[in-house]
Order: sequence, then structure tokens, then C-alpha cells
Amino acid sequence: MENYRLKVEHMSKAFPGVQALDDVRLSIKSGTVHAIVGENGAGKSTLMNCLFGLYHPDSGTIAIDGKEIQITDTTTALENGISMIHQELKPIPFLNVIDNIWIGRFSKKGIVVDEKEMRRKTVDLLADLNFDISPQTLAKDLSVSQIQAVEIAKAISYDAKIIIMDEATSSLTLTETEHLFTLIRRLKNEGRTILYISHRLEEIFEIADEVTVMRDGKYIGTWDIEDVNIDELINYMVGRDLKKRFPEKNYETSDEIILKVTNFTSADQKSFRDINFEVRKGEIFGIGGLVGSKRTELIESIFGLREIASGTLEINGRQVKNENPQEAIKNGFALLTEERRASGIIPMLTVEENVLVVSNKKYASGMLGYIRKTVTEKIAKDTCTKLDVRTASIKTLIRNLSGGNQQKVLVGRWLLAQPNVLILDEPTRGVDVGAKFEIYKIMRELASAGNAIIMVTSEMPELLGMSDRLAIMCEGRLAGMLDHDCATQVGVLKLATKFTQKSNISI
Amino acid sequence: MNGKVTKKTSIKDFIFDKALILVLIAMIVSIVIIEPAFLQWRVIKDILTQSSIKLIVAIGLLFTLLLGGTDLSGGRQVGLAAVIVASMSQTATYAGRFYPNLPQIPIIIPVVIAIAVVAVIGYANGMMVAKLKMAPFIATFGMMTIVYGINSLYISKEPNRGQPIGGIREGLTFLSSTKVFGEISLLVFIAIAVTFVAWFVLNKTVFGKNIYAVGGNPDAAKVSGVDVNKVIISAFIIESILVGFAGILEVARTGGANSAYGFSYEFDAISACVVGGVSLSGGIGKISGVVIGVIIFTIISYGLAFIGVNPNWQLIIKGLIICSAVALDMKKHAYA
Repeated sequence: MENYRLKVEHMSKAFPGVQALDDVRLSIKSGTVHAIVGENGAGKSTLMNCLFGLYHPDSGTIAIDGKEIQITDTTTALENGISMIHQELKPIPFLNVIDNIWIGRFSKKGIVVDEKEMRRKTVDLLADLNFDISPQTLAKDLSVSQIQAVEIAKAISYDAKIIIMDEATSSLTLTETEHLFTLIRRLKNEGRTILYISHRLEEIFEIADEVTVMRDGKYIGTWDIEDVNIDELINYMVGRDLKKRFPEKNYETSDEIILKVTNFTSADQKSFRDINFEVRKGEIFGIGGLVGSKRTELIESIFGLREIASGTLEINGRQVKNENPQEAIKNGFALLTEERRASGIIPMLTVEENVLVVSNKKYASGMLGYIRKTVTEKIAKDTCTKLDVRTASIKTLIRNLSGGNQQKVLVGRWLLAQPNVLILDEPTRGVDVGAKFEIYKIMRELASAGNAIIMVTSEMPELLGMSDRLAIMCEGRLAGMLDHDCATQVGVLKLATKFTQKSNISI
Repeated sequence: MNGKVTKKTSIKDFIFDKALILVLIAMIVSIVIIEPAFLQWRVIKDILTQSSIKLIVAIGLLFTLLLGGTDLSGGRQVGLAAVIVASMSQTATYAGRFYPNLPQIPIIIPVVIAIAVVAVIGYANGMMVAKLKMAPFIATFGMMTIVYGINSLYISKEPNRGQPIGGIREGLTFLSSTKVFGEISLLVFIAIAVTFVAWFVLNKTVFGKNIYAVGGNPDAAKVSGVDVNKVIISAFIIESILVGFAGILEVARTGGANSAYGFSYEFDAISACVVGGVSLSGGIGKISGVVIGVIIFTIISYGLAFIGVNPNWQLIIKGLIICSAVALDMKKHAYA
């Protein structure tokens, strides 16, 4: 028998209505980076949460170094040398870096917390990892990547044998990701085992030694990374052939300008300035740039969510002012926000209610604004059919849908408002491979129907594959524009770091 | 990413940050201008004494507010502790004794009983919030009614039949009547001692740090191995002990008790905390802020009465202060 650092056997876990894990097994060798891939809802996160003691599996065993262990809560997981970097966990905002790292196991001197000792340990830890973060900084003042760095430092500080990284790079820039990979390799050489979960398959080929595929709560297989290629992996994940990653464009973009943005400058001096661009009818206009390049701030300002100091907006040749989202919607704008869970879906409402939330007024009849059920049901059903939303019924709560289907519902919501300009911020974040393609298809269809689409994305393949034209931002400025045909990864990166000093782009 | 975190505090930010305190200080200054006699030693002594018990209640409430919770039953617990202590601490010669045949027992016994009773209430509050996942507002709202019911039942016992309890023994009232330096009530120093201990617990102990962590982000605290439920329950128990203690001091100060004691104290305490910068969303708040909040609030209440503002207007002004404090809190601490 081979020696495995971690061995999971026959693990099952059911949630009401879903078999999240179905007789799953996992064999992880010591000192390796083991990737776990699968579509959303494949059970990766459930499995990790079982390993970390956040969920209790219905059945199954966990063994470390051949010895079976019981993980009842996070404390026993940590005691057994398993630590986890969480996908969506925010630190405690008003505590500093030191407290955030050592919470749950503060150093003590008698009954008093030993601040000095903790500070010393934090400085050592951060220095050892090469993170340039001041230990006294409050978590709320940290950037996204610094937060990630703190989480990593924390996980390592447990002296864990097994570190679970759940979508650790989802909010990191390319440089930061590289930095993380260097770190992961170092941890591996120290004999630690990394369980690496990511939607970015390119990354997995760069960093992982082995990969396990899961689908619909089941274990599909484990391969040496040398023995599979990206297409095979995708096929295993979706269980069907996915020929292309992006749909064909089979129409010509017209020259008619729908949106014209002139001299847009944020009221916040640290944000964007002097932004000029136009978006044409039927065009997908991609905006790329590193995290912190103020792309989201720009589009949120266009949509009236943030204040601008100067600049004008023209839609179909008519000058408009979007002082707030209500006016923006009236002027024909729609925005799909970056944070689907935070500012997109209304989790406790049904699919139908979520679809109609923007346009309820339009379908209300009479003086009292009575909304007829038959009307809304039909609209919701039509939307779900048109966008191929997979849901048991329109009366299902939206929180029970997968990320991709939630996103489709949100697209449908905005389509009912019949916008001229549809702005999508990270349209496929947290959406699985199969559903991604469907969202791309919807975007193409909408564009060919004459909508102007602005897409902000951090995913390079998406930016290059979907955009008819690309604008790259850097440090709040427009670094340059590229046409689809001449845009390359290198070209985009060059522009994205045009105004950046080298020292500024490390964690 | 940029490693440096730059923090510039402009004058504008400073004014925004301290807006409420500045307005309140302006109000105090106006009170002094309208009635210069406000600035006399007797008034200041009064304000300090009045602040003492309020401060202990407010510090108690701080423990639950830091968790993002609250305790609406706090005031009623003050009343219950007061009535329990008073009922067992009467002089043997007093005419209408609550327990006519009770010998003069050491004062510590009723004190311990009262504290134990409110601690159980605190435990129940904590259980409802931690284990039953009830919203603190609702859980403690229910508890408020229950505690008042218990208190009314108790005080209605034969032969007392709901009469106010008087004739409190010297062994308890000395806590208020003793004057340190010949001038200032011992209560003030008790409050200072409680303040210091609470500061120590919140800032220097693991439990204190865990309170801030759980209040700031319970999920993060949980996955870091903090026993979130234990922290919540402990905080509610500590809070109850503090408000119960305040009830006992209230008996010492007034020399009696009735079931209306402590009514709405929790609102004054929460208001003072909010004025002192404690966030109702949890995780933010300092003892020093609570001290400032309580003192400012007492000065204004006292001052408005002193210059003869109609009591109904006093209520409106207090309400406006609370609303502005919460509005500012929301604006300041909006953290996505």
C-alpha cells in the first residue's frame, strides 16, 4: 500500500434536496500540490468544508498518514494539521493584522494577552513570507490582495501539514498570483501538502502535480498533471464535449455609436481620470486591467453609483447625466455588479421575483399598481426559456440555483428593462465552465440584437476571446485600446502596467 | 499591490468624525452661557454621582453591543436585582418589612442572590441568541417583559403587596453615603473601578479580544477556532452581572426599591454608548468612548432640566441626539 498524507474514503453528505457528496474518495500524496476541479456544485467546497470540520459528513472516513481521525470542528482540524484559506471569508474589519492572524490562539502571559510576543511572531511570519504588510494595519484598510496574503500567513502559522486553498487567486492580479505560486512551491518543498481548488484551469497546469476531478458530488478520477490536457480536463468536468470556449461572432458590428464617454474623472482623487471611449451598436467592449486599476469604479460611476468630478455621457447622441441608478436605468443603462451575492441576487426571493425586481413597475396595471400574477409568471417563464436558466420552477428560491444560473437570471432581469447599454462586471466570476459558455453565447446574442455591451473582466482569456475592442486601464487611466484581432496577452499586460512602477506590483 | 497604507486625516474628516461630540459640547457651552450657575461644585458632584450607576449599566451593555447585539431587558434586570436586594436588606426595626421574620443576615447574601438571579437571566439571553439564533433585539425584548413580570410577582408577595421597599440597612447604603475626600460619593470610585476592570478584560484578555472578533465577523472567528457561542453567552452573563450590580448600587443610593426601578436604563445606556462611538453593528467601541458618552449624556439631561427646558422637549432633544448618533455611526462604519 502506498503512503498517503491524506486519504478520504466513502464520504457522503446530503443537504435537503441535494446529494452534495456521493461516495467520494481522495488520495493525496505527501509534499504535493493536488488540484481539485469541477463545476460549481460538483461538491469541491463541501468536501473541503468536511475536511476542515465546518460540515459533518453523513458517512466516510478521513485518514492522515494512515491513521484514521475524527474531525468534529475546525479546532480538531487545525490540531490535526489541516488549515484552510477560505474563498469568500473576510477578515475581522476593525482588528489589526496581528489579531486577525492569531485569533483563537493568542499568546498569553498569565491572564493577559501577550501583545509583544504576538507582534514579534507576526513580524517574523510576514518577513519569512516576504509580505510587505504593517502588522498594526486594521484589516479594513488592507487591499484585497493584502487580505489574501494575511489569510495565507495565517494558514501557514498553524504549521499545517495540509493547506486547503479554495479559490485563493480569485482576487489576485497576475503578478500576485505568480508570487503566490512561488510561495506554494516553497511550501511544497518544505514537505507540506496543498489542496488547490481553482476555476482557472491554466493555473492548475502551472502549479499542480496531480488533479482530481469531481462532478455532481461524485469522484470522477485522479490524474498526474502530465497525463491530461486542458480539453480532457474540461470534458471530465462537464461530462460532455465542449468544443470551443467562446462562441463564434457571425455578424458585423455597425459603426453607429451608442455610448460616448468623454473626459470622465472621478470625484475621488485616488480613482480614475480623463477616461474617453465610445461603444458601438452590437459591440462587446472589454475593459481590462489589474485589480486596483479602477475599472469597477469607472463603470459604477457611469451607472450613477459613484460621484464624478467632471465628464459627460452621451447615449444615442443625447447627453445624459446619471446622478443615481434610477436615472441610469431610465437613460437605458443596466449594470450587472461584480458581487453577485452581495449586490445582485435577492437570495430569499424566488427566481420569478428576482427577474421582475427592476421592471415590476412596467407590468403593474391600474392606479394601485396591481401586478397580475399571470403576467409576471409568463414573463419569468419566457426569460428562463430564452436564457436557458436551469431551475426546477420559477418559484424556486434563487439561492438554490448554481452560480451560472443565478447570473443568467440577473441578465434576464436587466433585459426586461430593455437597456441600450448593458454593463457586465466580471460576468463569469464563480461561474463554472459549462455555464460560462452559455453566458458568452447570451452576450453574443444580445450584441447581435443591437445592444452595446461593456464587459469588465479580470480573466485574460475572456477579455481576449469575447471583446470586439479592448480598453486597458492602469492606475485609474486609460492605458490604451486594442482591436480584437491584434490583441494579445502580452499586449494587454504591457498596457496594464504602463504607468505602474515595478515596486508597486508585488504583494 | 501597494504595501503602504496611507492614512490622511484632514480637518474635514476630523470634524465629521467628531461631529456629534462637537455639537454636544456646543450644547453644554450654551447651557453654561444661559445659566452660568451650572458651573458650580454641587452640580458637578451631582453629575458625577448620577453618571456612576449609568456608566456601569452602559459598560454592561457595551459587552453585548460589541457583539452586534443588545439587551433590552437590561433596565428591567436593574430593577429586579434592586428589589431582590432591598427585600432582604431591611433594618429589623422597619415597620413594613418584606420578610417580617427574616433576621439581619450579612448584606453579602442578598447581594450574591441578586447577582445570581440576573446571571441566570443573562445566561438565558445568551442561550437564545447563541443557540437558538434569535435576533438579540427580539430575544431580549421578550426577556424584558418576563423579567418585569417576575419582578412584579415578587414584589406583590404577601405581606408586601407591591409596596415600595424601604428601610435599607446602613450596611448597603454606605456605598453611596460614604464620601471620599469628604466630598465625592464612594459610588464614583466604584464606577471608576468597574470601568478599569472592564477595560482590562476587553483590551488585555483573550476573552475581550474574542468579543471584538466575534462582533466584527463571527464566521471568521469561528473558523479560527473561537467558540463563538461561549463568547456570546459569557458576554450576556457579564452584562447581566454588571446591570445587576448597578441595581444594587441604585438601592444603596436611594435607600429603597420598587418594581419600576431601572425602567428604560438600557436605552440611556445604549444612547450613551452610541454617542461614545460604539457601533450598533458590532466589533467597534471603546471603554473611553462609553465614559465620554455617559458623562456628556448626563450633563445634557441635567443641564436641560437645570435651565428649565420643558421635560417633553428634553425627550425630543434626547431622541434627536440618539438618531444623529446612529446615523453618523452608519455613515462612518459602512464596511462592505
